[in-house]
Amino acid sequence: MSAGTSGVGGDARPLVTILVDDVAVPARAGEMLTTALARNGLLRLRKSPRAGGARGAFCHMGVCQECALHVDGVLRQACLTPVREGLTVERRGVL
Amino acid sequence: MTCDLIVLGAGPAGANAALAASEAGLKVVLFDQQPEAGGQVWRAPSPGLAVPPSPEAESGGALRARLAASAVDRRFGRTVWSVGGRFRVDAVGPAGNETVEAPRLIAATGAHERVVPFPGWTLPGVIGLAAATVLLKSHRASPGRRVVVAGCGPLLAVVAAGILKEGGTVAAIADLSGPQDWLGALPALSTQPRLLARGAGWALKIGAARVPVLFRHGVRAAEGEEALARVRLAPVDAAGAFAAGAERVLEVDGLCVGHGLVPGAEVTRLFRVEQGFDRRRGGFVPRLDEDGRTSLHGLYACGDGAGLRGAMVAEAAGRLAGLAAAHDAGALDASAFQSAAATPRAALARAHAFSDAMADMMALRPAQVAAIPPDTVICRCEDVTRAEIEAAHGDGARDMNQLKHFTRCGMGPCQGRFCGDVAAELLAAKVGSREAVGTFTARPPLRPVALADLLGAFDYSDIPIPAPAPL
Ligand SMILES: Cc1cc2nc3c(=O)[nH]c(=O)nc-3n(C[C@H](O)[C@H](O)[C@H](O)COP(=O)(O)OP(=O)(O)OC[C@H]3O[C@@H](n4cnc5c(N)ncnc54)[C@H](O)[C@@H]3O)c2cc1C
Ligand code: FES
Repeated sequence: MSAGTSGVGGDARPLVTILVDDVAVPARAGEMLTTALARNGLLRLRKSPRAGGARGAFCHMGVCQECALHVDGVLRQACLTPVREGLTVERRGVL
Repeated sequence: MTCDLIVLGAGPAGANAALAASEAGLKVVLFDQQPEAGGQVWRAPSPGLAVPPSPEAESGGALRARLAASAVDRRFGRTVWSVGGRFRVDAVGPAGNETVEAPRLIAATGAHERVVPFPGWTLPGVIGLAAATVLLKSHRASPGRRVVVAGCGPLLAVVAAGILKEGGTVAAIADLSGPQDWLGALPALSTQPRLLARGAGWALKIGAARVPVLFRHGVRAAEGEEALARVRLAPVDAAGAFAAGAERVLEVDGLCVGHGLVPGAEVTRLFRVEQGFDRRRGGFVPRLDEDGRTSLHGLYACGDGAGLRGAMVAEAAGRLAGLAAAHDAGALDASAFQSAAATPRAALARAHAFSDAMADMMALRPAQVAAIPPDTVICRCEDVTRAEIEAAHGDGARDMNQLKHFTRCGMGPCQGRFCGDVAAELLAAKVGSREAVGTFTARPPLRPVALADLLGAFDYSDIPIPAPAPL
């Protein structure tokens, strides 16, 4: 998912900047946060609770909860959270 | 607030149910978690993103226009987390929690993906086939630069063709079915010539891109450290078990894999209506009369959540359930109901052969489940392995709720939606039948919601503290 979307025609959504673990990351306003993260190569979103395995978005439709992240300080499903300018995302410490 | 009818889910089933009931004069509230109607198959594109023309985009657009022109009270971007009483629905949305009550409720919550676990299926970069359709349809995003598409059913071709269209590379398609399975389904598929023609179109696209199509192959393992790096594919037999033959190792950054869908029947399960196990329909489904009534008065179900039958059936069954609700509410008399019901009933009869053939392609293959290695994670939320599930049986767990207590399988935030079907199959292999092991008991919250959303702007100083009782 790290690629793919570049060069899509007909994308009228403005480019914005979000902060992921204090790093500025470009994104399209209105796209889902999981898509924006993946586009920037950020596939690993959290660790599994028991074995500590790397986890990322899996269902992209709000069912699996693998994409839960701290967004502006609140635990959110990133695949249901539209991007807007200045959104802060915290992956560190998310179980 | 109160209304005549609440509809949960604005896919082809729920949206048509809401429209039919509203046109008949009922006051209808329609909920969906997505920002727009369309459900999974007619998913709305992200605002501001132009999508290339397709039959789905067209059908979805038409449905959204009909809803916008209707009197249906549309509550989108709302996650329904509780359904109770007869009937009270609680949903969290942009304005916090909202509660709606009605004497009638239609559950049209659709389906979710089934992935039969293999080592590494939890790695970032591995996503569901259905998940890939979400990325492609709503976001025009390819699920990777170089991707393996694996599993079974028509979504393989949909996803592979979509990845090619967005500029990605499909390293291989691994289909559990063989060409003979597809040929066998051909007579049923040809009852829907338009869909068959689309399938042929996808096949052409895949052929023109010289994508290797590996029939009767399954995923042995996905490997990588922090994210997916490679996929191992191996031959399988007709029942889905691994067979002798060379393994192929492909270096990729994406794997889209799916083994059919599971009906999202938790609302009907919550009300403990009569249900039955039907492998072809994806698992346990509510027992319905021909118009979509469950065994509980006032509760209806339609679409994939009531048993997998695909979008065409969902549309017609939704319409029928909406009309039935209007009839039961007294808004349509018997003859008006019968004449309005004739069209969706005829559509249902026509779609039968096609949807059965598709459902058979996507039904769970027991031999595939039997081939899962012991240390493979089954329950993603709680990291519960196959060996732990079987050990729980050794310790006396005989049904799904006991299994949950023994292992925490199904206890995590997805509430067993991704592990439930396969875990039940594993336990059933020991206990004797799926009927005997049953399902996890459904309970609220239907979907997890943040406590902050329920509380709204709230402070400790807002808590009224009563004066202490006099001694
Ligand atoms: C992800 C996915 C992708 C698919 N892609 C295709 C495809 O490309 N082509 C094809 O022919 N078929 C596809 N299918 C099958 C197809 O979706 C169905 O046949 C058809 O959409 C069924 O319609 P439905 O109305 O029953 O359910 P759906 O279309 O799934 O609609 C159900 C709706 O209910 C909503 N919902 C569920 N629970 C809640 C809740 N608690 N709170 C609020 N809202 C809720 C969902 O957001 C959804 O919009 C797909 C299925 C899935 C699961
Ligand atoms: S990716 Fe599954 S809930 Fe977000």
